[in-house]
Order: sequence, then structure tokens, then C-alpha cells
Amino acid sequence: MHRVLGDRRAIAILIGPALLVYSLIMLIPMVWSLGYSFTKGNTIDGFTGNGVANFTRLFDDPAVGDALWFTLKYAVVVTIGQVLAGYLLALLYVFFLKRASALVRTLAFFPVVLPTVAVGLLFQKLFQVAPQTGPVNSLLNAVGLESIDWFGTAGHAFWVLVIMDVWRSMGFYAVLLFAGLVDIPEEVLESARLDGASGLRLVRHIVMPLSFPVLMSSLIFSINGTLKVFDSIVALTNGGPGSGTTPLTLYMFQTSFTYSDYGYGSTIALLLTVVCLLVTLVVFRISRRDLTKG
Amino acid sequence: MAVDMPLTSTAARGNHASGDSRPRRRRSGRIWVKLVLGLLLVVEIYPLLWMFLTSLKSNSDYLNNSTWSLPTTWEWGNYSEAWSTGHIGLYVRNSLLAVLPSLALILLLGTAAGFALQIMVWKGRSLTLLIFLAGIMVPSQMILLPLFTVYFQAGLSGTLWPLILTYTGTGLPLTVFMMATYYKTVPRELFEAATIDGAGILRAFWTISIPMVRNAILTVGLVQFFFIWNDLLIALTFTNNQDLRTIQVGLLNFTGDFGATQYGPLFAAICINVFGTLVIYLFLNQKVMKGLTGGAVKG
Repeated sequence: MHRVLGDRRAIAILIGPALLVYSLIMLIPMVWSLGYSFTKGNTIDGFTGNGVANFTRLFDDPAVGDALWFTLKYAVVVTIGQVLAGYLLALLYVFFLKRASALVRTLAFFPVVLPTVAVGLLFQKLFQVAPQTGPVNSLLNAVGLESIDWFGTAGHAFWVLVIMDVWRSMGFYAVLLFAGLVDIPEEVLESARLDGASGLRLVRHIVMPLSFPVLMSSLIFSINGTLKVFDSIVALTNGGPGSGTTPLTLYMFQTSFTYSDYGYGSTIALLLTVVCLLVTLVVFRISRRDLTKG
Repeated sequence: MAVDMPLTSTAARGNHASGDSRPRRRRSGRIWVKLVLGLLLVVEIYPLLWMFLTSLKSNSDYLNNSTWSLPTTWEWGNYSEAWSTGHIGLYVRNSLLAVLPSLALILLLGTAAGFALQIMVWKGRSLTLLIFLAGIMVPSQMILLPLFTVYFQAGLSGTLWPLILTYTGTGLPLTVFMMATYYKTVPRELFEAATIDGAGILRAFWTISIPMVRNAILTVGLVQFFFIWNDLLIALTFTNNQDLRTIQVGLLNFTGDFGATQYGPLFAAICINVFGTLVIYLFLNQKVMKGLTGGAVKG
């Protein structure tokens, strides 16, 4: 029956080019990068074997510890921020705006498509204190507070990063979660209301459990993206002040291209990959377990 | 693998949701909603408005007057300054030269692979799809250094080819996955009836299947366009030459070319970058939303 659809030559012609390009650009370099982890050097000067020195260095390097901690802290805070803000917006769309929500959804979504570099530079100016007092500090002054040097300490810079990345993507998660919320049958909500559930209790006991799957896929998607954060930070703080906002991605980039140490850079890249896989796996496992319980 | 979280069901649900069940404390609810909406509007729109107004200020106007004020003189010249003296024109050209060929390659190869994985019948296709999927998870940092070596030794450094090749390779996993999903809606029998041999199936892929998934190709194309156009990491790695900078790398290094920072042209450059993508969104927002969220729900 599937004689025509099983034609080997046609299959090879259709999938061959994609598979070839994908292998050459992604699969082989991944393995190759693994090999680099055991070397020292760079493209220009050549590579020499280095044993497991890069891996022992990884564990002794305080900068790696800092970068890893920053990456995890950033990923957890921004993921919670993005998904929470998105969920609140989605609830607003479904329960308050109803039919009128299409326009608001479209409006709140647009920051997602903006170039991160542009948004980063924009937020740098929005929060700046000198040479000009930016809108945020002007607002603080207007209500009688002192200007804050937002990029002077790592702690403040971290929160500007969080605010910016939540601003950028809450509309995206709102649409994603909205798709899950509108699938809840109106009859279920209606009978819960008749039983006296309303407001927060309705959300907590009816809406949350029913939108759990899409909430979980949002979390997985968000944590996967935030662990790899690079553009936002390069554009907004470039890792500073000092190395106070340097995640693993940026530390890997600096090690490789500023200090021309490709071997150690590859080792950091490997660590990043392992962290991404582990965290995703953990979130995935948790979501599976809770799903069977609820 | 539930892609296509149907945004289509929105309209249907919206209708009967507003029908019955009115909340009791409606008036107070309304005011609260209006407040939230107003705040949302300000938070979303004001930064862009501020950016646009600032792009029309002169340097002294920007530095000496309140940040809320309108431009004292409207310096439209900031835009031509950014475009030529700031080289934004060159950077936009470079971006287009890198993005358009990558996009064409991604869509062609990705659609063909999606067709092979979903419509054609062969052993190992689910494994092949899994191999493609693995590429979505792995961070780009993992492939940059070996690629840098290869491009350098192949003499491709100093051209836009490293960008085109890397964008094509990194864009394929998601495209293949999304196209394979879209092909699920196309009945296989259609191709069995229309063809009798291997050459026929290739023709059928091109003449029958492509028109059927035209919308999907446009959607996926938009998603990939935004990813590539907005990319910084790959562009930063492979454009060691100033004349090759893409718009994002160029914007990041914008202040360098003027000596002292010229704020008007800087904001004009940010505006050019932002409003370019905003115009596309203005016309195709429903497709963009569907595509970007569809690509996300892949668990």
C-alpha cells in the first residue's frame, strides 16, 4: 500500500540535505566541542592536549561558581516572573475582558518580537542616572525618592534585568496560557460558581489544576530560555558591574574570545549544556508526578 | 507533541463565555479592570514613545532638559545621521544579506524534511525526528568554537557565509519539527492517489503539498525571521570585521563611531531597529503570535 511513499530515493532527496546541514552545523560540532574540552589553545595558535585539567579548573574556578549561581538565580526568578505575570494577564483576558481581549492580547504580545539588543539599550537609558536622569529615576524623584544608580551594584542591575525580561515576554506567556485557559469548559466553571466558589478560590481549586499542563510547558519553555540568557545581559549590563551579572553563557564567550582559551570555553559550554538538560529533566519529572496526583 | 495549541478555539469560547454568568459586583470590577488595563497600556507603550521622542532631540536638549519633555526642535536629521554616519544602513544591508538566504534555505530544507518525516513511510523516521529535536535543547555555545575553527580554516572568515550556514543549521530543528506537525493535517492518501513512482512523489511534494501548507510555511518563516534578525550571539561570534556587522552587532557598538556619544542618533538607530520588526508585527500579528507560541508548546 505504501509502495510510493516508501520510495528510498525520494526519501533521501527530501531529507538528505536537511540532515546533512544539521549534522555538519550542529551534531558534529557538538561532539567536536566535547573534544576541545580536553585541550588548551585556540584556532589561531593551535591546540595542545590538556588532559582533564579544564575539568579540575572548572571546580576550582570561583568565577564559574559565581556564573553558575547567577545563571540559576536569574533563571528561577525570571521564569517565575514571566509565567506569573503571563498567568495573571491570561486570567485578565479570560475572566474580565472576554470577547474584547483580542486587541489587548495583540498589544501585550509585541515586545516579544523586538530585537533584544534594542530593548536592552532602551532599558539602559530608561533606568540611567547619568548623564541624564532617565524616566524611572525621574519618577522616583517625583514621588520624593532619591535616584538609584541602577547599574552601580550587581543587586540593582539584576532587578533591572528581571524587569526587562518580564516586560519582554509576559505577553508571550499570556497568549500561551490563555490558550490553555479558554479550553476549560464553561460548564465546569459555572457549576463551581453555583457551589459558591469565586475569585481566588475558583482560580486556586478549579482553574489552576485544569490549566496545569499548559502551565508546566510554559515553565519548561521559560527555564530553558532563561538558562541560556545572553543577548539581554550583553546589551544591558555586559556582565557588570565587575562580573556581577555574568551568567555561564557570557563567561564562556569571554573565556573563548576575550582570553582565547577555546579549551576551557568548551568545558564551560559543556557545563551549561549539562545544567540545561538536568534542570529541564527535573522540571519535567516534577510536572509528571504532580499530574498523576492531581 | 501538542503543537498548535489552537488559538482558533479562542473565538468560539469568547462568544459563549460572555453570554450568561455575569459577576455580581460588576461596577467595582469594571473600574479595577480599567485601572489594570491603563497601567498595562502605559507600561507597554510609553517606553517606545519615550524612545521615539528622544530620538528627535538634539544632544544638549537630551542632556539638559527633563526626560519627560518634548523635543525643543524636532531633529529628524538624527535618522540620516544614524543611517549613514552611524553605518546603520550598512548593518541593515548585512543583516538582510545574511537573513534572507538563511531563511530560504531553512524553509526549503525544513519543509522537505518535514514532508519526508510525516508523509513518507520509512523505518527510523521517529528516531530521525528525535535527533532533530535534540538540537532545540542544546545551547548554541556548544557549537560555536568548532564552527569558528572550520570557517577560519575554510577561509570563510571575512564573509557572511559563516552567518548564513550557522543560521541555517540552527534554524532547522524547530522548522523540521513544526513542518512535520503541520503535515499531520494533510492526508497521506492524497499522494498515493496522485503518484505512481518516486519521481512522481517529488513532483507531488512540490506541486500538491507546498500549496497546502503555504500558510504554515509563512508562519514558520516569520518565526525564524525574528529569531535570526534578532540574534546576537552567532553574529557577534562570526563578524570580526566591522564591515560585516549585522544590525544587532552594529547597534551594540554604535557609540564607537562618533567619538563622544551622540544620543539623538543612538536613539534613532534603536528606533530603526525596533520599528522594522514592529511594522511586520503590525501587519502579520496573528500569524506571528500563532507561530511563536506554537513553536513553544513542544513538550
